Amino acid sequence: MPNQEEIALMGHLLRRAGFGAGRAEIETKAAQGYDAVVQDLLTPEAQTTVDEDIMVRYHPSYNHSAAIEQNVQQWLYRMVNSPRQLQEKMTLFWHMIFCAGHSKIDSGEEMHRMIIMFREHGMGNFQNLLIQLSTFPGMMYYLDNTESHKVALNENYGRELLELFSLGVGMDNNFNYSEDDVKACARAFTGWNVAPAYPPFPYGRSPWEFRYDPADHDDSEKTFLGQTGRWNGHDIIDIICKQPATARFIARHMYNFFVADEVPVPSWRLTPPKDAALIAALEKAYFDSGYDITAMLRVLFTSASFKAANVRYAKVKNPAELVASILRITGEHYGDVKPGLYEISQEPKYMGMDLMNPPTVEGWHTGHEWIDSGTLVERINFAADFLGRSDLPGVQDMIKRLATRGQSLSPEAFVEGCMDMVGCLNISEDTRQELVAHAQRGGDLRHATEAERAEFTRRSSEMFQMLAATAEFQFC
Amino acid sequence: MAKDNVLAVLSLSGGNDGLNTVIPYTNPLYRDYRPVLGIPADKVIPLNNELGLYPTMGPLKKYWDEGKLAIFLGIGYPHPSYSHFRSMDIWHTCEPDTIGVDGWLGQAIKEFDPNAENVLTGVNYGRGLPRALAKEGVPVASVGNLETYGLLTGIDGQDQRAQALDVFARMYSPTVGRGYAVDYIRRTGTDALKGADVLATAPSKYTSNVTYNNTAVGQYMKNIAQTHLAGFGTRVLYTTSPYNSFDTHASQMAAHDRLWTDVSTTVDTFYTDLREHQASDNVLLFMFSEFGRRVSDNGSGTDHGAAGVAFAVGEHVKGGLYGEYPSLDPSKQEEGGNLKFNMDFRSVYATILEDWMGLNPTPIIGGSFEKVRFL
Repeated sequence: MPNQEEIALMGHLLRRAGFGAGRAEIETKAAQGYDAVVQDLLTPEAQTTVDEDIMVRYHPSYNHSAAIEQNVQQWLYRMVNSPRQLQEKMTLFWHMIFCAGHSKIDSGEEMHRMIIMFREHGMGNFQNLLIQLSTFPGMMYYLDNTESHKVALNENYGRELLELFSLGVGMDNNFNYSEDDVKACARAFTGWNVAPAYPPFPYGRSPWEFRYDPADHDDSEKTFLGQTGRWNGHDIIDIICKQPATARFIARHMYNFFVADEVPVPSWRLTPPKDAALIAALEKAYFDSGYDITAMLRVLFTSASFKAANVRYAKVKNPAELVASILRITGEHYGDVKPGLYEISQEPKYMGMDLMNPPTVEGWHTGHEWIDSGTLVERINFAADFLGRSDLPGVQDMIKRLATRGQSLSPEAFVEGCMDMVGCLNISEDTRQELVAHAQRGGDLRHATEAERAEFTRRSSEMFQMLAATAEFQFC
Repeated sequence: MAKDNVLAVLSLSGGNDGLNTVIPYTNPLYRDYRPVLGIPADKVIPLNNELGLYPTMGPLKKYWDEGKLAIFLGIGYPHPSYSHFRSMDIWHTCEPDTIGVDGWLGQAIKEFDPNAENVLTGVNYGRGLPRALAKEGVPVASVGNLETYGLLTGIDGQDQRAQALDVFARMYSPTVGRGYAVDYIRRTGTDALKGADVLATAPSKYTSNVTYNNTAVGQYMKNIAQTHLAGFGTRVLYTTSPYNSFDTHASQMAAHDRLWTDVSTTVDTFYTDLREHQASDNVLLFMFSEFGRRVSDNGSGTDHGAAGVAFAVGEHVKGGLYGEYPSLDPSKQEEGGNLKFNMDFRSVYATILEDWMGLNPTPIIGGSFEKVRFL
């Protein structure tokens, strides 16, 4: 039987490297050992995946759906049900960095294909990922590379590739590239286009394909980051990947996503990383492995910084994490396929995260900015509604486990037990005292008789709801 | 004390068919382009000898007759987008060329209440915040159901819930020095509870002789009236008709009939309600859609189009037609068989912001647009 610290650490790993887990799953995984679970997470291809036949049989609308809502719903299904949790988490990671949105692309299927691309390539080689991205039709259209021609340059993609997708504006107080580099980069990507041409109206949407048009490519000599040649897009990506700034940029994003909230990206030029040692180790892994994303993740999840107690419940959950983890903890839409996921899949949007439709190419503002008085109400009510449902298998299991802690639970032991059940929640002392005071009104809890068991269930699910309402529960 | 002016917005989501809303019923080209969906001249509710309202818009005609309904013809923006999402974003952010973040009404709320002292300065009915109301640091409550709105609504039993909210209030009592995010979330939780508590009193304060129709639009407009009448200092009230309901690609005749029955009767009920409470004087209602629809019908419905119509209703509105009816002449149409805009929606926003809300519109709508003198 794993000890309390091993369970708490496993809960942390599963929240960060995946979409959380209920108490039973945390205990099982903790018994397997931390390193073994990390190894499983890092090798998705060795794990089973979502049974697509079953999924599509119950949700036929997922099949080649043009409607964005169906595609968002399918993604949430995968976040909750995929045994390859880190792969699904990395899919979200890249979606939050390589932002392209449905509001412009206007094709649910194209957004779905982009998510598939992140799923397939998001844990592989970073250079390959940038090539996939730069040949992805939706992205070419979203950032106007389709409007960038040999004779009429549009710098949008060229700029964002450098600023938001690889180098970042600057690091260690220096700038990483100049305006001339932006122009050279954009020129190298002329001719990288899509077919059939936009707009899709009035003839309806057609699936796009990448099309390189050599006649529209500016093949003249360019100087990019100090290197001169007749660069095409592939050469640019090659040069980008060799830059220390790229290693730094990816490392900081990983830290920000998996370990602790960093300052917003535009401040990274002037603000050094919170954890310089871990960032340096991630940068080294990037170069040592030849830009392998999984090699960086291995360093991250096995680092002392990641495992440290003080980073647990210290990072604000994003709405997708919140919604998917509640379903996983309570066992709703997890493991059984049934209707009713549509409404739930709209919840992240109500909480300010319209999946597949980030507000701009810069993505969502994260950290405490997820929360305002409107979204906080949505977050608390969603979590509390599910955690309060004692008919759900996950909640039943939590209550059953709580009962095994003794014939009689004091209010203190009861609150402590409930905190453990919802995922080893860390809460501040004053919050804990309020909850204990609340529990004291009902006195000790027993479960010997039918009436006591009913009251035990009622009070447990009410306490789970109270915990879901704490400020601390907004963190992961 | 004079009451502050209030703006209510009803977004007709999906792309309302302007051509079958304000109908050029004497134009022979209209008959040519609308073989299936054309409305016979004797069914139209005439506004003059060229234009008339769709047959089920009778309740709105009342406001026209009173001189309190402004109709904006040919409203849109240059280089129309035929995507619901993109076009709606353009109306929300006033950014037709780049992708905007801040909504025009979010910015207006920020001007009214820069320190977010009243969390109910802006209230949205419907779940999820339309981008029109989005602005960093601007709290806007999005209310799915006013009757049940609040925190921890899933806790059974009134006493239990009251106790839980009591605990909640204490758990969120302000802290300093717990780290920025925790302190911030506690402050926000306290605001949210305050806002929800206040908002929850609106239905019980409300009595009325009118009955709103039992549609989403009817119920949300009732909630807007309840919120306004409760006197919470709300300046911007927003709601959206059920998502994409005006997207009538097929079987438009029956759908459009029902949509405009619901909207017209609701608007009439809304103003009747406010008038009975002597509370209509400071409320302006604006209704818009992200685009109009194709000039030709497709045999059953209509496809996405460009210029459309918008409406303003209010005691201080100078009723009438504003802008020109877009030409149906093929040579004067927008590419793709659509109506060409002649009135930029930002002109109407400029008028609302400056003449109704008392704000400088230029930074909000991103430029200077000639005002439309309907107020």
